[in-house]
Amino acid sequence: MKRRIETPQDLLDLPAGETINLSRRRFVAGTAIGALVLGFGLPVGVPRVQAAAATAERGTQVPAFLEIRPDNTVRLLCPFMEGGQGTYTAMAQIVGEELDMDPAQFVVDSAPPGEAYVVMENGMRITGGSMSVRMSYPTMRRLGGLARAMLLQAAAEQLGVPVSELSTEPGKVLHAASGRSLAYGQLAGRAMDLPVPDPASIKLRDPGQFRWIGKPVRRLDAYDKSTGKAVFSIDIKVDDMLHAAVQHAPRLGMTVGNMRNEAQVKAMQGVHSVHTLPGAVAVVAERWWHAKRAVEALQVDWQEPGADNTLRVMPADFSSAGWLDHLAAQTGPARDDEHEGDLAAAMASAKTTVEASYRNQYVNHGQLEPPSATARFNPDGSLEVWLPNQAPDMFRADIAKRTGLAPEQITLHSPLLGGFFGRHFLYESANPYPQAIALAKAVGRPVKLIWTREEEFLRDVLRPVAVVKFRAGLDADGMPVAIEAVSATEGPTEALAGKQGEKIDPTALEGLSGKAYAIPNKRIAQIYVKGPAMLGYWRSVGNSLNDFFYESFLDELADKGGKDPYELRLHLLRGNPRLTTLLQAVAELAGGWKPGPFTAEDGSKRARGVAMASPFGSHAAVIAEVSIENGQVKVHDIWQAIDPGSIVNPAIIEAQVNGAVALGLSQTLLEEAVWQNGAPRARNYDLYPILPPQRMARVHVRIVQSGEKMGGIGEPPLPAVAPAVANAVARLTGQRVRSLPLDRHTFS
Amino acid sequence: MELRINQKTYQVEAEADTPLLWVIRDDLGMTGTKYGCGLAQCGACSVLVDGNVVRACVTPVAGVVGREITTIEAIEEDAIGKRVVAAWVEHQVAQCGYCQSGQVMAATALLKHTPKPSDAQIEAAMVNLCRCGTYNAIHAAVHELAEGGKA
Repeated sequence: MKRRIETPQDLLDLPAGETINLSRRRFVAGTAIGALVLGFGLPVGVPRVQAAAATAERGTQVPAFLEIRPDNTVRLLCPFMEGGQGTYTAMAQIVGEELDMDPAQFVVDSAPPGEAYVVMENGMRITGGSMSVRMSYPTMRRLGGLARAMLLQAAAEQLGVPVSELSTEPGKVLHAASGRSLAYGQLAGRAMDLPVPDPASIKLRDPGQFRWIGKPVRRLDAYDKSTGKAVFSIDIKVDDMLHAAVQHAPRLGMTVGNMRNEAQVKAMQGVHSVHTLPGAVAVVAERWWHAKRAVEALQVDWQEPGADNTLRVMPADFSSAGWLDHLAAQTGPARDDEHEGDLAAAMASAKTTVEASYRNQYVNHGQLEPPSATARFNPDGSLEVWLPNQAPDMFRADIAKRTGLAPEQITLHSPLLGGFFGRHFLYESANPYPQAIALAKAVGRPVKLIWTREEEFLRDVLRPVAVVKFRAGLDADGMPVAIEAVSATEGPTEALAGKQGEKIDPTALEGLSGKAYAIPNKRIAQIYVKGPAMLGYWRSVGNSLNDFFYESFLDELADKGGKDPYELRLHLLRGNPRLTTLLQAVAELAGGWKPGPFTAEDGSKRARGVAMASPFGSHAAVIAEVSIENGQVKVHDIWQAIDPGSIVNPAIIEAQVNGAVALGLSQTLLEEAVWQNGAPRARNYDLYPILPPQRMARVHVRIVQSGEKMGGIGEPPLPAVAPAVANAVARLTGQRVRSLPLDRHTFS
Repeated sequence: MELRINQKTYQVEAEADTPLLWVIRDDLGMTGTKYGCGLAQCGACSVLVDGNVVRACVTPVAGVVGREITTIEAIEEDAIGKRVVAAWVEHQVAQCGYCQSGQVMAATALLKHTPKPSDAQIEAAMVNLCRCGTYNAIHAAVHELAEGGKA
């Protein structure tokens, strides 16, 4: 039985498992949370509602997602955040294809928190792990199909003809027999009040007939982002708001003692008030510039952490170099993630053995938009927060916990992200919204808090580091028969949990584990070493370091065994047609495999390196061409073949490959978060350089569609970049680099 | 003090050393110009002052009194700026978009001074940072504009 949902109370009364329909118009009239962008935010978050909706089929509450307007434009509330990866456009393509509406007619915004928008097949709703499209593709297609069916039903009622006589063209329903047609915008009011049909009744379009999926549809946000019209969290303005800036404790865990010059700072121009927050001081002012200047002038006696501290304390003697040496000194115990064959016997009988130790560096996210949050308490006690986030439900739950408010009293707005790369997950101590909420409460007015770039570098979570010790054995033919990698590290997921889980943290070892090469005896293991630094996810996560280690070491094995690194990979991938095809594709894209060294047309001596990676359900193969200029590595070209199974937008994929290559080159060539004496050496881009345009490489992309299960796109093109470059450098210079960034090394 | 921004005159009250960026964003409510670093490192805050690109985060507001300031909000009112925007859309440059206001301003300033810049001139002028890695798309767009291309 399908029940019509007229009021929030109806939702609460809904039995578990019910297929539900939301009356859009009645919801607008009936709900108290009309402050949402579209006015039909769902009062979910109440446990009973969540229980009910969780058992309903995902992504079937059509009116919660779609508003078809009288002008025949469509507003889509997207379950995913747009931060440059193109998910808004992809979702418009996917929904539009089945709705039968040109994606260019779509206006897309991020959906509020709520069970209705949990559309991923793994039961989550996050924007990360390169999961948005691949985990929601069938569901979002079906959503479009459901909406189309409702429009057809509405047209049948309005025209007084059976649905079977109707068809659609983009944006309209046609009745061929009478030559009549109705635009979707004319039908939407009636259609959206209809019951949502049985999801099983929706027949999806034959992929051979796709008009928009798989095509280089233009981004919906290109114009707004070229003219300053796009709105990010930092741009939010609400009536009567004050501005705030903070100064954090120099080391996490320290607390605020005496503010020596509080009186003078209170008297500074524009200052409204001075506040003490957990581990920080804040100034609220009528203008942000005044708040910033004043808070930086505050002289605080920071206190060492007390016994009641719950944070990961940053010790006064912590250094990143010292921590890496500490990791290198670890001998165990190690836990196995992969163990195949008989490693000990294979090593004992190997003709040749190779050992090497690799390490990587901490890196920051460095997204261009500094974190901010705007908080407003409304007269009815409800709270609205505007903030960058990759997981709205988790953030709302956290706000509820911190404030004691019920989730339905909290409205979360998720503006565009000015870059994210993993920065905007729920990281204790790394997000400004708890401070903004506390300040808004304290001053009784809305507050927008912006972290300066310096405060961001102080509190950003770091991409983890590892020291990996490799051993391998080669047979008499120089072929690898055994490989062992033992990584001393702490993965980001176990770091966030504060402890090792029952199973190995996959984000610690991915890229060491899961390699497809046919090496019969292998062991991949982790020595868990909990550290003092706050860690987080960074684009391509564990793969961003581990593929550098593994694919570089594999080239060492090729060198030792007298094999060509490309041919060795082909050999180790025999019987794997998907990866063989991919590797051959990148070689073909690069005009054939030519490792060099050779002399280029400009007279420079160059070489090429190759590497592969299989992260986030996709596979990538990269060839890099390098030379040495003034002792520094110059990367001329990156050729990348990527197989995500099947695709939605080849133009956006090419852009994502470019972006992943840029970030990959940045961590390979120059990027490094150095900590000394418990503090980051760099607090801004002057001492923490990120890849400048002059050091970008030309990027050549080939998309291979194997037809396998759809994989991710945002992260997979990154991990193979570093080892391809390092392998090219080794080829060119004879220098095998076992740590990054390359700018730390001298080449000749 | 009196500022000329986008062909309009504004009366603002700010200390002389307040960065132009915060006057534009907070006092005048034009948020297309972005804060990225506050140190003239990233270029997200680029605006035009008398046709030259400057980094508003380190430009004291008193220094631009009597000068003609152009922000991204009025970029399409400039013939060259309009072409730049069209090229940015044509080449689908933006990803997250946060740095692109500054990139468009930098490209506009370059082409105002040098309608047909060489690759070396493009490289010297287009130095703003982009974390999303849109550099190749930016280069393609500016290159096409330099050749007087279809955009």
